[in-house]
Amino acid sequence: MLLVLEQGLNGLQYGVMLFLMAAGLTLVFGIMNLVNLAHGSLYMVGAYLATAFARWTGSFVLGALLALPATLLVGVVVEVIALRTLYERDHLDQVLATFGLILFFNELVAIVWGRAAIYTSLPPSLSGSFVLLPGLRYPTYRALVILVGVAAAVFLYVLVTSTRLGMLIRAGASNRTMVAALGVNIRRLYTLVFGLGAALAGLAGLMAGPIYAVQPGMGEQILIQVFVVIIIGGIGSIRGAVAGAMVVGMVDTLGRAFLRPTLSTIVSPAAADKAGPALASMLIYLMMAAVLFFRPQGLFPTRGR
Amino acid sequence: MAEPLIAVRGLSKSFGGLRATDRVDLDVEDGETHAIIGPNGAGKTTLIGQLAGDLRPDAGTTRFAGRDVTSLDAPARSRLGLARSFQITSIFPDFSALDNVALAVQAHSGHSFHFWRPARAERELREPALAVLGGVGLGARADVLAANLAHGEQRQLEIAMALATRPRLLLLDEPVAGMGLEETQRMVRLLSTLKRRVTIVLVEHDMDAVFTLADRISVMVYGRIIATGSPEEVRGNAEVRRAYLGEGTES
Amino acid sequence: MAISRRAIVLAAGAVLLALVPPVAGLLNQPFYVDLFRRMMIFAIAALSLDLILGYGGMVSFGHAAYLGIGAYAVGIFAFYGVDNGFLQWSVAIAASAAAALVIGVISIRTSGVYFIMITLAFTQMLYYLGISLETYGGDNGMPLKTRSQFAGLVDLRNPSAFYYVVLALLLLFLLLGRRLVDARFGMVIRSARSNEPRARAIGFAPFRYKLAAFVLAGGACGLAGALLANQTEYLTPDFMHWTRSGEIMFMVILGGMRTLFGPVLGAVVLLGLEDVLSALTEHWQIILGPFLVVVVLFAKRGLFGLVSRDG
Repeated sequence: MLLVLEQGLNGLQYGVMLFLMAAGLTLVFGIMNLVNLAHGSLYMVGAYLATAFARWTGSFVLGALLALPATLLVGVVVEVIALRTLYERDHLDQVLATFGLILFFNELVAIVWGRAAIYTSLPPSLSGSFVLLPGLRYPTYRALVILVGVAAAVFLYVLVTSTRLGMLIRAGASNRTMVAALGVNIRRLYTLVFGLGAALAGLAGLMAGPIYAVQPGMGEQILIQVFVVIIIGGIGSIRGAVAGAMVVGMVDTLGRAFLRPTLSTIVSPAAADKAGPALASMLIYLMMAAVLFFRPQGLFPTRGR
Repeated sequence: MAEPLIAVRGLSKSFGGLRATDRVDLDVEDGETHAIIGPNGAGKTTLIGQLAGDLRPDAGTTRFAGRDVTSLDAPARSRLGLARSFQITSIFPDFSALDNVALAVQAHSGHSFHFWRPARAERELREPALAVLGGVGLGARADVLAANLAHGEQRQLEIAMALATRPRLLLLDEPVAGMGLEETQRMVRLLSTLKRRVTIVLVEHDMDAVFTLADRISVMVYGRIIATGSPEEVRGNAEVRRAYLGEGTES
Repeated sequence: MAISRRAIVLAAGAVLLALVPPVAGLLNQPFYVDLFRRMMIFAIAALSLDLILGYGGMVSFGHAAYLGIGAYAVGIFAFYGVDNGFLQWSVAIAASAAAALVIGVISIRTSGVYFIMITLAFTQMLYYLGISLETYGGDNGMPLKTRSQFAGLVDLRNPSAFYYVVLALLLLFLLLGRRLVDARFGMVIRSARSNEPRARAIGFAPFRYKLAAFVLAGGACGLAGALLANQTEYLTPDFMHWTRSGEIMFMVILGGMRTLFGPVLGAVVLLGLEDVLSALTEHWQIILGPFLVVVVLFAKRGLFGLVSRDG
């Protein structure tokens, strides 16, 4: 039972990271109508920058704090140079051009830091674990990731629901010309939103460093899972991103942890050893297929789309 | 009296909180030209969409040519003889005018799982299409890319595509919208020649066109049909004058 | 004028491709037979994608899935000692078509960005499935024991014979594709791409036609996969990697969407470019990426659009 709880927390932690990614992607799509495959690259850039800054300053926290604005800056530069011209193009152009950006970023990272995976070491204060319940210790760092993620979600909620920027974001998602008519500099708004999305992806990436391998291509592994999140949750809605991220995070984590042992009680252990991992890695996609079959618009479709 | 060609009972459709059509009853007799007028936002286009089968009604039934078509979608209704034009011109812009019409002919000549013979060489598609195109006055423009036709010609092309499906009922959503005087006159003349040959439901803001073409008129306000009658009756109806004509014919 | 020019380009292309083996033999550069065969195999894949992407308007980011399924069909049969090519290739086509049917039924009801993400996600699922098939080499893949056998009819171990088989198949698919897109079937999917509400209003029910096109394209790409397994004599989940789908898509755009011949040109140019660049630097993708962006932004009509343009 405690094991289930622990894995549940891991699922929550993964879900939080998926949410940070999905929120940026879905905001950018909802407002600028841009399918940005290179969103995963920003995640990767965040992870690498955090690692590099941590080594440079000798402090993990300082590295993280520097990496966040740096990733935002990278996002803004990419938006201004390459993506801005894509807003009016069709989805095919957007997909291909951002695919080109992915190739570029993955190679750039490989040139600067090499192709081998690098790992970030945590400061002693974060690398331990603490007693969550009697008999259950949980890694401090993963708990911190959950806390930061939840805080970011709350921040995003407040930003969208009760600030002027949030008002523009909500209005922009439903009516572009109206926002322009309000006299808002729409290009600056777009750059700002893109930067926000980049910062969220960077936050997810810099937190991922100490948990997962930091390597070229890491962005796309998570990106495709984020697509599943968005397909399940419904595109363009933050609420959908939250729900989708939690569902995918839980199902993926719990599936990997418990599918094989569960299967071995039904079929032979040998067969379970074979089918278990295969099924676990396919689980979220199968779930996506099921959701689509019954609800082609996802669980939380945005109205009027 | 014979059964109406299309009979609508209690048709409703809401978008969010807005009731676009609200328990609409409508009978269109075989052979008549029936205009639906009303201020912008009255739900006329929604009604056309529901008649064509593009929008599923929240409630109500639709009978067409003696059978219940409520659950049929647009392609199925088209094959029963229901054709439409759209409020915003809707053609295949990257095909020639003739291709546009030939596609409509093709859609009504059995299934299209033919993989070998070039469709553009099929006389049974091209000849009827050319005939229809000539009938609407676009015979000389057959090989022009539809995107390059003038606005008025594109609207004529839409009519041609509808006619090529050999419809029993033609749903026309503002066929003269955005046209100049001369183009409007040409379109009204074209529609006059179609009267009697085919039943027409006409949504239109241009009152000259409406009173020239319509045998009967229904007035729609806030999603409801508030009056139906001959042009004279509608013109004299006090409620209509107050609700609609009194506010000005264009909004 | 455009037609005749197109025909000339086509004929010239076919002749040039047919000349590759003797010329490579003269120059004593057998490597080029290998390279051009690989190009033509990807040309078949890109051609099949053009059917649904260019003519059907379905932006599938998962075309590598069928490449993988076709390759695995050959590889798994060979693993168990079944090397009959007729059987292997038939199953490759059938299995890819079946997968396309399932993916298509679920994805074609959706549209736009959903379609892109769903096709991408399903292909990723198959990629992970490939990785977890430990029996067939898992992550690392496994060598193909022997190339497909055709009862002595043709020997694929002969590089030139294999080359001409691929060339014949490519020309066959070009012909079939041309007939198909101009026939009634093609007109339906093209009209649905052009204006789906209009297509529905005149009485077409596009879903089943789009699905049929999706299945046909999947089957054709499955055959390309079977060829690819024979080409590399190796089987790896990397055939299904999502970047492969992106590459095939880029071939279509680079060569010219909705032209059938364009994707062939795109495959030749992209793989040729990769070959040249990778000889220059290990980090050739840093050049290819921005090149891709530039092509999308400034040369949307593709190479074939440039050469076959009027006047």
